[in-house]
Amino acid sequence: MNPVVASSPAIAPVLEMQNISKTFGNTRALTKVSLTVYPGEIHALMGENGAGKSTLMKVLSGAYLADPGGTILVSGRPAVTGDPIKARANGIAVIYQELSLAPNLTVAQNMFLGEEPSRLGFVDRADIRKRAEPILKRLGIGFSPNQLVSSLSLGERQMVEIARALTTDARIIVMDEPTTSLTSRETEKLFEVIASLKAHGIAIIYISHRMEEIYALADRVSVLRDSAYVGTLKRSELSAERLVSMMVGRDLSSFYKKEHRAAAHDRQVVLAVKNVGDGRRVHDCSFDACAGEVLAIAGLVGSGRTELARLVFGADHKATGVVTLNGQELSLRGPRDALNAGIAYLTEDRKALGLFLDMTINENINVGVIAKDARPGGFLDFGKAKKRADDAVSSLSIRTKSTSINAGALSGGNQQKVLLARLLETKPRVVILDEPTRGVDVGAKSEIYRIIDELAESGIAIIVISSDLPEVIGIADRVLVMREGHIAGEVVASPDRPIEQETIMALSTGPVGRDTMSAT
Amino acid sequence: MTALGMLPVLILLAVGFHLLSGRFLSVNNLSIVMQQASINTVLAAGMTFVILTGGIDLSVGSILSASAMVGVIVSLWPDVGMLGIPAAIAVGLGCGLINGVIIAFLKLPPFIVTLGSLTAMRGIARLLGNDTTVFNPDLPFDFIGNGNLFGVPWLAIIALVTILVSWVILKRTVLGTWIYAVGGNVEAARLTGIKVPLVLLFVYSMSGLLSGLGGVMSAARLYAANGLQLGQAYELDAIAAVILGGTSFVGGVGSIWGTLIGALIIAVLSNGLILVGVSDIWQYIIKGLVIIVAVGLDRYRLRGLSRT
Repeated sequence: MNPVVASSPAIAPVLEMQNISKTFGNTRALTKVSLTVYPGEIHALMGENGAGKSTLMKVLSGAYLADPGGTILVSGRPAVTGDPIKARANGIAVIYQELSLAPNLTVAQNMFLGEEPSRLGFVDRADIRKRAEPILKRLGIGFSPNQLVSSLSLGERQMVEIARALTTDARIIVMDEPTTSLTSRETEKLFEVIASLKAHGIAIIYISHRMEEIYALADRVSVLRDSAYVGTLKRSELSAERLVSMMVGRDLSSFYKKEHRAAAHDRQVVLAVKNVGDGRRVHDCSFDACAGEVLAIAGLVGSGRTELARLVFGADHKATGVVTLNGQELSLRGPRDALNAGIAYLTEDRKALGLFLDMTINENINVGVIAKDARPGGFLDFGKAKKRADDAVSSLSIRTKSTSINAGALSGGNQQKVLLARLLETKPRVVILDEPTRGVDVGAKSEIYRIIDELAESGIAIIVISSDLPEVIGIADRVLVMREGHIAGEVVASPDRPIEQETIMALSTGPVGRDTMSAT
Repeated sequence: MTALGMLPVLILLAVGFHLLSGRFLSVNNLSIVMQQASINTVLAAGMTFVILTGGIDLSVGSILSASAMVGVIVSLWPDVGMLGIPAAIAVGLGCGLINGVIIAFLKLPPFIVTLGSLTAMRGIARLLGNDTTVFNPDLPFDFIGNGNLFGVPWLAIIALVTILVSWVILKRTVLGTWIYAVGGNVEAARLTGIKVPLVLLFVYSMSGLLSGLGGVMSAARLYAANGLQLGQAYELDAIAAVILGGTSFVGGVGSIWGTLIGALIIAVLSNGLILVGVSDIWQYIIKGLVIIVAVGLDRYRLRGLSRT
């Protein structure tokens, strides 16, 4: 991608937000934030969770009314704030993390949802189709406008969202963590689409925590911290250290923690997995995990990593294979048996599969052990629960005023720590962490690495599933790479020779020539 | 906070009816209101357990009818008529267990399962009574329906005790936390090691048991049971009370005190509209509208709060 000199003064900005403030009650969500975006520019917006990125975008999209004193100029003209319809008419479109499509309508119908061209009140389906086609073609999209959205993958649905933005001639498209739930192929496709939007002079405001994406895409990066604007870097000025220190406001000398030493525990095998498979997406997987080591499972999204972890944890039924813990064969009828045996699993999807958002932090931390702590008759022991919650909050540095607020009110990183606390309360001997730092801000990330390191130090066997290769290399003693449901290989770190990203990538995509051989 | 969201509505209605009729807040009338609210309160308590898990129990009215029928029939047995009480409750518990087993272990949707038992239990109630009304003018446990303890109707005492016990279960026991967890996120609950099927079995059994208790209460009040009419549409009043009480229809959020207030609002409306002289037909319309408006205002208020 060619870095375009978008910020050259000859071009007038398409968006100027100046002195935008927003308060909710006593809380300041934005303090005099300014942001300038040029046509055809990919402008990344970074910051820890809670820094104010989403609030700023909600002001832009009209979902929030900014406090008086700030101005928003779109193509030089003042725009009204607090009115989503006017914002849309001004050419501002937002692609949200939670996709907002109607699954049982077609692609074309979704694109024109709410603005259907109609004849005498009847929706003109043919016209919709005709108007949808060129837009889809322009985005290089392979599916038909007549296809039902429910039949599309998440990545394809996102394309529909983008196509929908183009129906209203969007000039500024905001993408909030667009790749979170995409496969790497879909991500690639998205990047192509972004490039073509850019070529058409559309400005993209791109919110992401992923450095690699920022490097791949951004012309400029603006950073927010504690609801205030910190600064903007040009593409040529980008460096990870600089961005991180702007985001957290301090230097992170050692981001990844690896002070535990697997050797100290004599590499005693705790968990042995033999020939485990489900007959569909996981085939014949065998590996060991040792006390005090961090074993990473890398591989592309969809390679069967999560599925394998769920089989080991008993969350899904395995068709073949044996799981042995400390030399004892386990017969797992469900997660409950695994937890009782000493295996804990942190889900990759903390909101859908992990947290009880409407329950308090205290309840979320204790829910797995309340039965064990209970007094006779099944009555809750509130004293024990409070002590456990308070201890966890301080030892994992969960940032909250009180443990009696709902878990749903916490930021991503703190929610993840609450889930970690919950599984640690079960005193596991094996901990499986599935994408433990996904959607988590930089500060919380480094704390999660610290926690993982300490757990390994204490002799727990840790299995980390991660798509983030620098992370895998930074924290793991040993890396298993999965490909198409099989374990494709193992890479071991040694003090003199660190693991290289290329080795992992090669194993996860597979050598082209040998692929046909291994399939037989 | 959510639990008591409807308290102002209840007070407003009570004061309004008193101003209009001049006698709503008399001791005598309040005692009547409490009696009217009591059976629905008991059913709604059971329904609260079920809805908290994200389920629904449509069969409570039919179970009540069948239980009342068994209660009255057993009460006619010489000397052991008091056995009508445990018999009726056992019938309710049995029906609830069947609902629970099918929902928890065979994993059929609660709406379908309890819709089936709504119909089937109605048939069984009619069958048991030969499709007529069974009377027992000498019902041995009629004090439950018509007696007082220290001036408080027994019906109201039973309802209050039901609410208190429910509160203890929901807020003070492991099981209660599990109920909220299952309703809040069933997959997360499973991954946390919660025995989800047992939780579901419990809530439907509880709902059945309380429907049986409701059967005892209405048999005791009427000295009779009828398979065709008794308990018709009671499930709707119970659901309305739960929803008015702020319990989320998708589960995981709600409180038993809210349910009590919801049941009282429905009873106050029925009673007050009669006192004011509104016709039966208009009572239906007004009750329906009040439910929608009250819940709408509550949700609107909550949305406003969550913004700030």
